[in-house]
Amino acid sequence: MLQRKKFSNEIPLYLMLAPAVVLVLIYSYAPMVGLVMGFQRVLPGKGIFGSPWVGLENFKFVFEMPTIFQVVWNTIRIAGLKAIAGVAVPVTVALMLNNVTSHAFKRTVQTVIYLPHFLSWIIMAGILLDILSPSEGIVNRALGLLGIRPIFFLGDDRIFPWTMVVTEVWKSFGFGTIVYLAALTDIDPTLYEAAVVDGASRWQQTRYITLPGISGTIIMLSTLSLGNILNAGFDQIFNLYSPLVYRTGDIIDTLVYRTGILNNQYGIATAVGLLKSVVSLLLIGIAYKLAAKWADYRIF
Amino acid sequence: MNPRIYKLPFFENLLNLTVLALLAALCLFPILHILALSFSSAAAAASGRVAVWPVEFTLQSYQFVLDNPAFGKSFIISLLRVLVGTPVNMILTILVAYPLSRPRDKFRARDFFAWFFIITVLFSGGLIPWYMVIRQTGLIDKFWALILPGAVPVFNVILLANSFRTIPKELEEAAAMDGAGHWTVLFKVLLPLSLPVLATVTLFVAVAHWNSWFDGLILMNSPDKYPLQSYLQTVVVNPDPRMLTERDLDLLKIISNRTTRAAQIFIAMIPILMVYPFLQRYFTSGIKLGSVKG
Repeated sequence: MLQRKKFSNEIPLYLMLAPAVVLVLIYSYAPMVGLVMGFQRVLPGKGIFGSPWVGLENFKFVFEMPTIFQVVWNTIRIAGLKAIAGVAVPVTVALMLNNVTSHAFKRTVQTVIYLPHFLSWIIMAGILLDILSPSEGIVNRALGLLGIRPIFFLGDDRIFPWTMVVTEVWKSFGFGTIVYLAALTDIDPTLYEAAVVDGASRWQQTRYITLPGISGTIIMLSTLSLGNILNAGFDQIFNLYSPLVYRTGDIIDTLVYRTGILNNQYGIATAVGLLKSVVSLLLIGIAYKLAAKWADYRIF
Repeated sequence: MNPRIYKLPFFENLLNLTVLALLAALCLFPILHILALSFSSAAAAASGRVAVWPVEFTLQSYQFVLDNPAFGKSFIISLLRVLVGTPVNMILTILVAYPLSRPRDKFRARDFFAWFFIITVLFSGGLIPWYMVIRQTGLIDKFWALILPGAVPVFNVILLANSFRTIPKELEEAAAMDGAGHWTVLFKVLLPLSLPVLATVTLFVAVAHWNSWFDGLILMNSPDKYPLQSYLQTVVVNPDPRMLTERDLDLLKIISNRTTRAAQIFIAMIPILMVYPFLQRYFTSGIKLGSVKG
């Protein structure tokens, strides 16, 4: 009797979940089932039920692609550099903002540096393609005034990865400071008072109070970025790259897009996507364990 | 409040402020440059005389863009997408966050459903199977393809569920004493107390809808169904000659491609700039509230 009553209390909860569960089953779980296409030669119009099984043929093809290891390396390199800069720059800027005494100045800087985060990569790419153009872009015109010859930021494959890292930082560093500023305000002010009484210098205060105060946040976010090491930023690179920079700029996601959507090689593109999803899941698992251990982080 | 005691010495302070001001300028300058270009004449733009102020002020580029029916159409599709997609996302977010925020003894399947949703963040079928499923469900070239596949934003669900859990249990228990069921607790107790978080999440969801471009690009076969950002992808970022009409080609001999691109970029930015003051006011508090761990 008691059990029955309890369940009837829970019925509204199931009703609330029902629509979302159905949508997630269709648009998130069904594609997971669709991963079996990685083991098929997908025929147009036949879908996953009519296409023949080919075992590991697609995976064999993937590992025999001449560029595959280069593409994986490009992905890890760009994502890794972005991860490092994505912690270092916001931490530095947050510490700098923390030293500002004028409230109005601080607010103004924050307002401006948060803005790029909210603009899409389409807008950002439109802006970057214009200002970085070697012939008429304002950046190269300014460099020209300094006597520097035009730099092909988006067309030179030695520079392209760095352009990706710098423009990513440009878009996201401001928003990244928020979490560190929050951690800084959580530091107990009496620690500083005590340090002053003990005659600690500014650097000593920074070294022994400020940095330890935000190190938990730094460790947590750095660790979690490990799970994203195969995501080098599709939205950004897809809109800024060209065949000129495939050697250093082509990443797993852009390769999947070209193979699957443009060339209709569904089986092969799915195989690459499957490998990426599995490795990512492993990395997220490791990152989550490490973050839980080092920074006491829990998602839910 | 700045949690520090010391004041920087004069020169270090000056250096600190200068570097911060430069960083802010770096974020603002490219946007002002595009704005200036969009109001400048083609000749001024080509001769490189435009920095952050329009040269030979003209509205020709805007005239050209606004006279283009394809641009207006995609703008309206984007607006519709925000107006339909945001409520759909928010209703589903609230309806999922509530059960997941219940204690385990009140909802015994809580952990099962929590994992049911979290798994979709950790693992995905990838691009191709996702595309195939959407095609199988008949959404290709349909407006709902922009709404339904992403209708349950799991990160926001977690944010809101965490926020619900910070609300004192006594309030819900008091309501339950008075005979309130789950629906009443959710709508009469929890939601009114969560307005700042709801406002923040709503704004973020709306911005995300406005900014989405990839789904429109690959799920719509005909360009006249593109939302604005997908449209801009094909005319500004990755110009496809097939998108140009003869009228465009004629006009572009007078107006520069560059200033019209600038005008289109700026128009696409306007809605974001309009909600930005609200975003700014809410998001810091919202993020802080949501990140409290239960």
